[in-house]
Amino acid sequence: MAMLEVHDLEVNYGVIRAIKNISFEVNEGEIVTLIGANGAGKTTTMQSIVGLIPKKSGKVIFQGNDITKIPCHKIVHLGMTQVPEGRRIFQELTVYENLLMGAYSNKDNASLKSDLQTIYERFPRLAERKNQVAGTLSGGEQQMLAMGRALMSHPKLLMLDEPSMGLSPLLVDQVFEIIKDINKGGTTVLLVEQNAGKSLAISDRAYVLENGKIVLSGTGKELSESEMVRKAYLGG
Amino acid sequence: MDFLITLVNGLSLGGIYAMIALGYTMVYGIAKMLNFAHGDIIMVGGYTILLFIPVNPVLAIVAAIVFCVIVGVTIERFAYKPLRGASPLAVLITAIGVSTLLQSLAQVIFGSAPKIQQINLGALQLGQLKIEISTIITLVCSVIVMVALHLFVKYTKVGRAMVAVSEDKGAAQLMGINVNFIIMITFAIGSALAALAGLFYFLKVQTMTTTFGALPGIKAFTAAVIGGIGSIPGAMVGGLLLGVVESICLSIPAISAYTDAIEFSILIIILLVKPTGLLGKKRREKV
Repeated sequence: MAMLEVHDLEVNYGVIRAIKNISFEVNEGEIVTLIGANGAGKTTTMQSIVGLIPKKSGKVIFQGNDITKIPCHKIVHLGMTQVPEGRRIFQELTVYENLLMGAYSNKDNASLKSDLQTIYERFPRLAERKNQVAGTLSGGEQQMLAMGRALMSHPKLLMLDEPSMGLSPLLVDQVFEIIKDINKGGTTVLLVEQNAGKSLAISDRAYVLENGKIVLSGTGKELSESEMVRKAYLGG
Repeated sequence: MDFLITLVNGLSLGGIYAMIALGYTMVYGIAKMLNFAHGDIIMVGGYTILLFIPVNPVLAIVAAIVFCVIVGVTIERFAYKPLRGASPLAVLITAIGVSTLLQSLAQVIFGSAPKIQQINLGALQLGQLKIEISTIITLVCSVIVMVALHLFVKYTKVGRAMVAVSEDKGAAQLMGINVNFIIMITFAIGSALAALAGLFYFLKVQTMTTTFGALPGIKAFTAAVIGGIGSIPGAMVGGLLLGVVESICLSIPAISAYTDAIEFSILIIILLVKPTGLLGKKRREKV
């Protein structure tokens, strides 16, 4: 069953049509990736799905409910959480306070302690630095915090926008391992990446976005073997 | 000994400035706007107190807080909220318009003649020291208010959400924070603090006019900028600093006439040396 369906989405940036009628879906339990070059419209797509930027037309269906017009702050309550591009953790708050903000939408806080424990176990670095102001963390630690913060809301669908951006190769591998692991735990994942090779390797399915349009789709394996993807995104 | 009295008076006046400055700085930090009608909320509080104080002083304080909160939240809802996302200049002009509106309304209702109400709470005699009781109450209350606000921001869910919104509205929404609700709460807190400031400032000057809030308003705004606009501890430090400077200047006959000039010069000097204010942070540009 499709968990997320995007139908004929169109988004304008001023007078420019950034996204032109794209449609795609994410099924329960999958890892789906949108790959594409800088400026292809990946982040615009992600942000318009959750209502962070307005859609011109089109429909977004989440678990059978039309969420096209739902304001951004209500989306997370439905079970869809996004780790935004550039991580955007709260620099002035501590690691612990950032994680609490992640749990902002949780109705009862009975599970707060055990949720924190789970996050600290998954990301031991965050446990070591829990009382440190988040702005002083390294890039890798900030990415871990952004993911941990998102997981605090118990998402059914986790959307990650460029999680590997600006990280060292070692950390990139680690981030993709964690994403795989989160998915194994039962969370559906929608991923946006410039690192096509690594992301296709862990994806069930993927879409290629070019100039605001989907130009190719298929399973992760199909796309990584496709001539066009190899030429444009995998360096030959 | 004289200096000690000057210091206590200064801290007390600074407490008033700090309470008003907190309203400016919180609204700036969270709604990213300068609310130039904030000074007039103090005036609204002052008139409410004047109106109710013959009935019961405690009722007067409660009424002032409640009424200021209602006025502040209403202004935000109908004047500023429709302008969310508009150019900062449009919002600024609207705020000045709201300020004029409130002053004119007060003039229509209460007339333009100053209203004088003597309130004497007596003085405390400690050896050679003589300090007005109202000064001590102002100082104690403003310290309590500042500590309470600090605890609220640091340890409550809504308080932390305020910090999150001031830092990154988009990321805050992704956490499920309703930004409009947080802005409303911010205006409510700022207006409640303005009501208290109105009370204490009235105890000090004992004269009510329609421009009652203008001078403390502009001084508190100066304090907020000195401390670093957007920073809550900055508003507290800036307010207390400005109050003490004012009190010291007024106590020295040779320079007392230049008090305002000295205060605003301090603002200019601090901004020259540290453009973000004493505790202000440089905000990183976001792409």
